[in-house]
Amino acid sequence: MTMLRRIPYGLVLTLAALASFTLQAQVPVPPERLLNTAKEPQNYLIYGGDYFSSRHSQLTQVTPANVKNLSLAWVYQSPVAGSWQPTPIVADGIMYLTQRPNDVIALDAVTGRVFWTYRYNNAPDLLVCCGSNNRGLAILGDALFMGTLDGALVALDTKSGRPLWKTQVADSKSGYSITVAPLALKDRVIVGMGGGEYGIRGFIAAFNARSGKELWRFYTIPGPGEPGHETWEPCPPNPKTYCDPEAWKHGGASVWVTGSYDPELNLTYWGAGNAGPDYNADQRPGDNLYTASVVALDADTGKLKWHYQFTPHDRYDYDSVQVPVLADITFQGAPLKAMLWANRNGNFYVLDRATGKFMLGKPFVKVNWMSGFDAKGRPIQTPQPPGMPTYPAVQGGSNWYSPSYSPRTKLFYVSSWQNNGQLFGGTPIPYEEGRGFGGGVNQPFVPSADAPSRGIPGAPTLPNLRRGPINNWTDVAGHGEVLAIDPSTGEAKWRYSMIDVTDTGIITTASDLLITGGREGYLQIIDARDGKLLWKASLGAQMLNNPITYAVNGKQYIAAMAGLSLFTFALP
Amino acid sequence: MLRNFSRTPWLSLWAAALLASSRLVAAQNPTLQGHPDDYPRADIEYGAAIYAAECERCHGGDGDGVSGVNLRSGNFRNAKTDLQLRTVITNGFPTAGMPAFSKLDAPQLTGVIAYLRNMNTFDRGSVKSGDAHRGQLIFEGKGACLRCHRVEANGGRIGPDLSDIGANRSPGSLQRSLLDPSSQMFPINRPVHIVTRDGRVINGRRLNEDTYTVQVTDQDGRLLSLNKSDLKEFTILTRSNMPSYKDELTTDEIADVIAYLLSLKGQ
Repeated sequence: MTMLRRIPYGLVLTLAALASFTLQAQVPVPPERLLNTAKEPQNYLIYGGDYFSSRHSQLTQVTPANVKNLSLAWVYQSPVAGSWQPTPIVADGIMYLTQRPNDVIALDAVTGRVFWTYRYNNAPDLLVCCGSNNRGLAILGDALFMGTLDGALVALDTKSGRPLWKTQVADSKSGYSITVAPLALKDRVIVGMGGGEYGIRGFIAAFNARSGKELWRFYTIPGPGEPGHETWEPCPPNPKTYCDPEAWKHGGASVWVTGSYDPELNLTYWGAGNAGPDYNADQRPGDNLYTASVVALDADTGKLKWHYQFTPHDRYDYDSVQVPVLADITFQGAPLKAMLWANRNGNFYVLDRATGKFMLGKPFVKVNWMSGFDAKGRPIQTPQPPGMPTYPAVQGGSNWYSPSYSPRTKLFYVSSWQNNGQLFGGTPIPYEEGRGFGGGVNQPFVPSADAPSRGIPGAPTLPNLRRGPINNWTDVAGHGEVLAIDPSTGEAKWRYSMIDVTDTGIITTASDLLITGGREGYLQIIDARDGKLLWKASLGAQMLNNPITYAVNGKQYIAAMAGLSLFTFALP
Repeated sequence: MLRNFSRTPWLSLWAAALLASSRLVAAQNPTLQGHPDDYPRADIEYGAAIYAAECERCHGGDGDGVSGVNLRSGNFRNAKTDLQLRTVITNGFPTAGMPAFSKLDAPQLTGVIAYLRNMNTFDRGSVKSGDAHRGQLIFEGKGACLRCHRVEANGGRIGPDLSDIGANRSPGSLQRSLLDPSSQMFPINRPVHIVTRDGRVINGRRLNEDTYTVQVTDQDGRLLSLNKSDLKEFTILTRSNMPSYKDELTTDEIADVIAYLLSLKGQ
């Protein structure tokens, strides 16, 4: 295998410098390049932009002054219907992206013309809760890595799309799937397992990038004898409602958004999803570690260094699958190796990423499931009476779409859903392999004008992730906002409000552009310093992914997917 | 082993869920114990008819036709909220022999739940159903509803098109629409008052809106798309322009109009 052959980094840089000429150098991507992405801002090599998942680009060609001149460079149209959630990666002029269910496409990042397409044949009878989603690829050496809906990890040759190896990670018949973009570091590729709505026992695993051999596995639900297992408490004698004595075996804690990596600490950080069943917490007494938590794992061994649980005993489907953003900041007058996290449960957190210590927690949207934190950072929970709305709703204050941190403005940027509530209801549900494991029902909450706490009787179900072209949502049921949060206080420095909600990630640039979108289908570029709109383009369909920016031959591009099309803009 | 263990309590739980008991609980929102007034009589009456057509064959007129299940007793142990009860009806209990009633539309579900929640006190003999044909005559005549509303190819465009209103609104909601229109107006359908920067005044109804633009239909039925940056004034009104029919129509006439509206299921 030549996949990871070592190329002197100096040579790589020299080749990268040649990128300003007409022929783009195309070289493998050894681990050193992934460690030093800031030195080659023309490329977009990692799901989160870099190992810190800062999604902050050093490109500066497009500025607040000239952004008005952006024009369409090219469009790629996916032939596959359904929500399109991947973040493309770009390496040396080639863009790699996935499309439903598990196609991989390599195309010319200058023209959008396709070099090759790889089509993975998933097993029949897939069990996927929320559509045939895939969020992207990892690149290492001369291989691309993709998780599949039927629970496999595949490696592909970057030049041809030819499969190099395939490892079956878990059994899809039990509801395991991989939708997360893998994280490549050192000689390995790390993925997490989806399937929290099917009663899986979640885990994160690392695989040798050359062979596909599993190197370690960390279960996000500890087994008997392991620390944390006691948080899956035994059922009380004669419980009033159904209690599952083996709840930990199918307690969820799925992992479906890519983690981050601190090379100095050699820790990789991953968010774990909701507890299962989602809405009937009564049948799984205890805190239910490590559901709705972040875990810090040794990248070499997969051993747990620390954890923090955002939502103990989760009953609202508050997955903690947001991207962990790592930043070196000044906090209360002292330098801090921080982890910044705007959680689905509606709180913004600052954690010490070396120790997991809770430093700050503050709501960034309306929150009523908890009233504050105790001294250790544990939320004081205030479940709402039946029939009263819980804030935030099931889609959360934010969700899987990526935030950004700009070291220039020292602000953390997140797409949020404001004032969006939900009525939750739990129902007992014994586990059955392969069966949906929601354990309840919930519905969007549309406050009534004459009875704001009650909701409009007979109001239509609000559109969820797949809204149509008509906005039946309106500000009455919540609205979207891009927030610029100061990590030292947790307060928003500015807000950019939208009528509809947003599932679009954010990327910022060293020219202080903030690039994002929303369900309304506008690609929006905002001034990262003050939240003023600089430019927008109506792309005609909702954006459910993370825009990126990259450069080829000295020209900067901005790429964003809306509906079934990938639009790429550049200056003339 | 797990499966065997699980299945027994599952069945018994759901059997218990269908066993009724004590008091009336309420709410067409999914409250656990709302106020009995939350169930409009129109919904209960409509639900009684749905029950007779869909449920009575197995559960019987008195709700005790299935062994061990007494629907009249009102309190369902594991379907405490209306939302849970809705799931029970929609998904059925194949293991207990109950089919899924996914064919019921939202108004029908709302009705049958309202009826189930009130079954032990509600006198079905008191139901005086409205007549859809008479309702159509009132709708098109005395009520002058077509002046603003459209049904299929007929009527105005000032108010929302009602061609499929019967598939979207429960009888209780329709009743409230007739008596207190503002309380039932969907937010997206709210009236708007707009003044453009060049002085044009537009009174109409919102059709769609995003951060930068709004789409409306004006009082002449024209479709307008406006950039918000071009507007001097943009007011979304919470009071409906529709008059209340509380003093315009008799109770029987309102029941007839509701019956007609419920018959409008679209194409």
